[in-house]
Amino acid sequence: MTGTLSVFRRELAGYFATPVAYVFIVGFLLLAGIFTFYVGGLFERGQADLKPFFMFHPWLYVVMMPAIAMRLWAEERRSGTIELLLTLPVGLGGVVLGKFLAAWAFTAIALALTFPVWITVNLLGDPDNGVIVASYIGSLLMAGGYLAICACLSAATRNQVVAFVVGVVVCLLFTVAGSPIVLDAVAGWAPSVLVDALASFSFLTRFSAIMNGVIDARDAVFFASLIAVWLFANTVVVDANKAG
Amino acid sequence: MAMIDIRQLVKRFGTFTAVDGVSFSVERGTVLGFLGPNGAGKSTTMKTITGFLAPTSGSVSVCGFDVEKAPLEAKRRIGYLPEGAPTYPDMTPAGFLDFIADVRGMTRAQRTQAVAGAVERVELGAVLHQPIETLSKGFKRRVGLAQAILHDPEVLILDEPTDGLDPNQKHQVRRLIASMAADKAIVISTHILEEVEAVCTRALIIGRGKVLAEGHPAEGGWRFGDLVAAPGRMDALFRRITTGASDLGEAA
Ligand SMILES: Nc1ncnc2c1ncn2[C@@H]1O[C@H](COP(=O)(O)OP(=O)(O)O)[C@@H](O)[C@H]1O
Ligand SMILES: [Mg+2]
Repeated sequence: MTGTLSVFRRELAGYFATPVAYVFIVGFLLLAGIFTFYVGGLFERGQADLKPFFMFHPWLYVVMMPAIAMRLWAEERRSGTIELLLTLPVGLGGVVLGKFLAAWAFTAIALALTFPVWITVNLLGDPDNGVIVASYIGSLLMAGGYLAICACLSAATRNQVVAFVVGVVVCLLFTVAGSPIVLDAVAGWAPSVLVDALASFSFLTRFSAIMNGVIDARDAVFFASLIAVWLFANTVVVDANKAG
Repeated sequence: MAMIDIRQLVKRFGTFTAVDGVSFSVERGTVLGFLGPNGAGKSTTMKTITGFLAPTSGSVSVCGFDVEKAPLEAKRRIGYLPEGAPTYPDMTPAGFLDFIADVRGMTRAQRTQAVAGAVERVELGAVLHQPIETLSKGFKRRVGLAQAILHDPEVLILDEPTDGLDPNQKHQVRRLIASMAADKAIVISTHILEEVEAVCTRALIIGRGKVLAEGHPAEGGWRFGDLVAAPGRMDALFRRITTGASDLGEAA
């Protein structure tokens, strides 16, 4: 446990050790702002809520989460520090968890810095703040899902750019899995069980339920187990690839 | 009890056998040299001792703990310098060593003391707060060494600790190893024969994954089985053992 915490602290501090972290956070806030106010038309809608803001989070995360997670394992493998890290007295599971939690905490910080958007809608009108809190929690949970996927993919390569590109593709698949376009395309030939299964994996579908203010236990369990499964896969991938 | 005990160690990568039935043990007070040409299996053997790679078969135990069955117990007692001394380039030596001490479960006070002690031993004080990526090769190597000796381990595994250093730096590292030898079991790998004579109390010549010969100082030089090399004349003997060549001028 102490090892997990040390890894967590080092990784989190690592994000802020370079200007990249700040570029990141500013980029995140800018994109969130552009999506919310221009594309989403927060003002024009004449309605005080943050739906346009949250609606774009899945798409934002498809690009941002691979960028945050790409370094986690690929860089250790490229530089050989993985040999150092995995011969310290910490279990592999503890290291995987520490790294993931650091990336998630960094995301939480970026997300928390969007609070001016929240203040703005409260100044403009009288939004349902309960719904907004639920949406923030749901968004963070969903970000964790994307991050767990990308952390695992980062362990499959020594090249951060490869980790990023593959991460974007896989995140995109999980995002659109339940969209009408995909489902219609599949429904033509696949059995309905498969179509339902595919739909149930969709981040978009899960998150839009949360955005309406209800955190269904099933959706929370979905994201939590998705994270657990991908972190487990992460340990397997690290173990299989660490030698070379 | 032997501090390191290796029995019939085999490590395969796919169908390629990198370590092929190696057995040996190392007592406290020993500096064991792994001598061998590139690709002999020295690093791979070290990676299984430190628990980085799991053996394909055979067993490795450190201070009585089986590295596979009780990895954390074994790893607590090992200090390891991997080949090339990898470190995190964007950290400073101070931050890096503090991180290692933290992972090893030391309290803040213990960390401060351990880092100060290791920094003094490897003479790292001058660059303590400079990013590691800006340091010279000699200093980078010292950071790796400091990391390995930080917790005053009973077992030290150093993979090519002097590789790429200039003669003065080589001398310093050898002096450091010699100064720690009394109460530890130390294994170093090298392909520099003079290094074996300078710091080792025992040596294994390794080739194609096997232990080809075991040697120790004798009669003013080194004896490997029935072959004896005079001081500074180990290279002919090494060639003969690792290649089967017989240009054995001075070994008798
Ligand atoms: N991860 C790996 N996958 C495949 N072969 C490897 C791997 N690591 C080492 N080898 C091979 O095993 C042999 C021994 O390597 P190594 O232990 O690094 O030798 P040494 O340290 O004695 O130079 C070499 O032929 C090397 O190519
Ligand atoms: Mg080697």
